[in-house]
Order: sequence, then C-alpha cells, then structure tokens
Amino acid sequence: MSENLPDKGTDNPTRPYQRVLVVTPAYNEEASVGEIVRQVQAAIPHVEVVVVDDGSTDATAAVARDAGAYVLSLPFNLGVGGAMRVGYRFAYRKGFDVVVQIDADGQHDPADVPALLAALDDADVVVGSRFLQTTSYPVGKIRRFAMRVLAWRLSAIAGTPLTDVTSGFRAVGPRAIPVFARMYPVEYLGDTVEALVIATKSRLRISEIPVTMHQRVVGEASQTTLKGTFFAVRALGMISLARFQQWPAHQQGEVE
Amino acid sequence: MTIAHGVAIATAVGISVVVLELVRRRQLRDKYAALFLLLAGGMVLFAIAPSLLTGLASILSIVSVPDALFFVGLLTLLTIAVHLTWEVSRLENETRLLSEELALLRLEVESTYREADVQDPPG
Repeated sequence: MSENLPDKGTDNPTRPYQRVLVVTPAYNEEASVGEIVRQVQAAIPHVEVVVVDDGSTDATAAVARDAGAYVLSLPFNLGVGGAMRVGYRFAYRKGFDVVVQIDADGQHDPADVPALLAALDDADVVVGSRFLQTTSYPVGKIRRFAMRVLAWRLSAIAGTPLTDVTSGFRAVGPRAIPVFARMYPVEYLGDTVEALVIATKSRLRISEIPVTMHQRVVGEASQTTLKGTFFAVRALGMISLARFQQWPAHQQGEVE
Repeated sequence: MTIAHGVAIATAVGISVVVLELVRRRQLRDKYAALFLLLAGGMVLFAIAPSLLTGLASILSIVSVPDALFFVGLLTLLTIAVHLTWEVSRLENETRLLSEELALLRLEVESTYREADVQDPPG
C-alpha cells in the first residue's frame, strides 16, 4: 500500500480536527474527484475532505489523496449508502461537528456549502434543493413527477415542506452525525430519501435551501426512466414501511 | 414397491451422503445438515410406507394424495427460502459493517506509518 501514500505528512487523522468534514463518495471518478476536492478546499476555509473510494477500479483513491483528501477505501462496491455511512463513522469517531455531503461527479457546487452550513443553525439536516429557484438543471417529466410525489410524502412525514428529497447535497449537524453513523441506508439510489425518513424518525429537524446544480462534469447519470420509476416505487414503499418498523432500527454495528 | 419409490429412497440416501460429507469437510453448518437429514428421513419414510401419506392427506382434508405431498413439500421449501433470505440479509449487513471497518482501519494504518516515517511497512 505504501506506494500510494502521498509524500506530505499532513493527512494524520489523529491530530485535532477542524470541525467541518466534507464526505465525497466516489466510484470510478478519477476524472473529476481531484477537481472537486480542490474546489471544496478553496471554497471553505479549514475544511477536511474525506473521499470514500467505493471499490473503484481506477485511480480515484490516488487522485483524491494527491489532491489532499483523506481516502477511505472500501474493499468492494457498497453503493452510495455504504460509502456515506463509513464517512459518517469517520466523522463521529474523529469528533467532527458537521458533515457535508458532496457528490464526486461535479454536479454540486462547493460555493453553496457556506449557505448550507449557515442553515444548520436552525436544523440538523440541511438539504440543498435544485427546485427552490429556477435553475437550468434538466429533469425529465416522469422523473420530475416521481420526485414531486416523493417530496409530497416526505414533507408530510417531516412536517416541513421539502422540494428535492433526492438531492445528495447536504449538510448534517452534530445531533444527526451519530444517527447516520449508526444507520445509513445502503440501497442504491434510495439512500437520499431513506436518510430523510431516518432523520425524521429520529426527531431531527430538516430544512432546505436553494442551490445550483450543474450537469455532471463527466460520466453518465445513474438514472434511466425505468430505473427511476423502479426507484420511486421502492422509495414510496419504503416510506410507508418506515411507519411499522422499529425505531431506532434494530441494527448490528453500534458505533463505539 | 414401484420405481418411483426406489428413486425417492435413492435420492434421499444421496442427499444424506452429500450432506454428511459436507459436514465432515466442515463446509456445512450442523443446523442445516440436521434440516436436510430430517427431510431425507421424511422422504424415506413416505417411500417405505405410502399409507402415511394417505393419512396425512386425510388429516389435511386433501382429497388427492399426491396434492398433499406437494402441499407439504412446497410449504417446507418456502419456509427454508424465507429462513435463508433472512440469513442473507444478516450476512449482507455484517459484510457491509466489516468492509466499513476495514476502510477506517486502513486509513488509520496508513497514517500511522506515514507519521512514523516508515519506508517499507510490512505487507
């Protein structure tokens, strides 16, 4: 493993941390992840970035390390949810107060992070919404309809109006970090919605602020119409199911 | 005794042999071994004494005797399938947890070596 270590000595997880940790799950994103890490570091002073390499087969881990991020390398692909939870575990054990989730594909603008952080004063989970203001973010009709239905259901449960429940651009405060370190949904594509359900069930306060979302810098979007429909149906089922499930969910893996 | 009875008994014996061999090689947990040996035993029992099956059908109020057999068989398989999916769910959860811990430990180890300035960490 030694050949992958950067030659600078700053990446020591045992030294006292700044309070904000940016978690970026990345699966084969070598083309964009380095740029994202640098943008985040430029946009937020004293921030630490951890890239969760979700079983990538390309140079994602090396690129992220060279850009100055901590890299958590999963031995195989777990999906975004698994990658996020390991990020939250890292944040919890290292005593971070705030976690910011940013995708590695470049669709989230690190310049919006300070606004997300500011909104944490009145909430435990702040979601960056692409629908609160007019943006050029292209969303197909079916997908948009599915998102509206999901948003409507979740708003009802959360008791606060939400417009973009599938947004992966979020800031999470100190009350929510232990919750997500213990349980973060693993399901592919469903993690964003289910995380909000978990937050609601754990009596965390959720709020939304407008952000700009770009088209992906590189790579392909992970949703086709069929997949998207399947995802929406499953997410709706999951929301209904959550009512009957034990809370806090009985799950192995206590966070020490 | 018909050919069908012979086939049933042969199958049961075959399954038992395979199961016992897997247990001997420590590749099958004893709880599953017990389950399949029990099933094989049931097959032999029904093959030797088909009248048991007739009795079973009348207890279940099923007119056709073969239907009773299929009913019990399907019920058994369904139960096993549910049990296995439950096990798989648990295993997935555990694997996920282990891989997450591995990622966290990996980072710790790398950082420790870097801090100690070790040129060639073992492994």
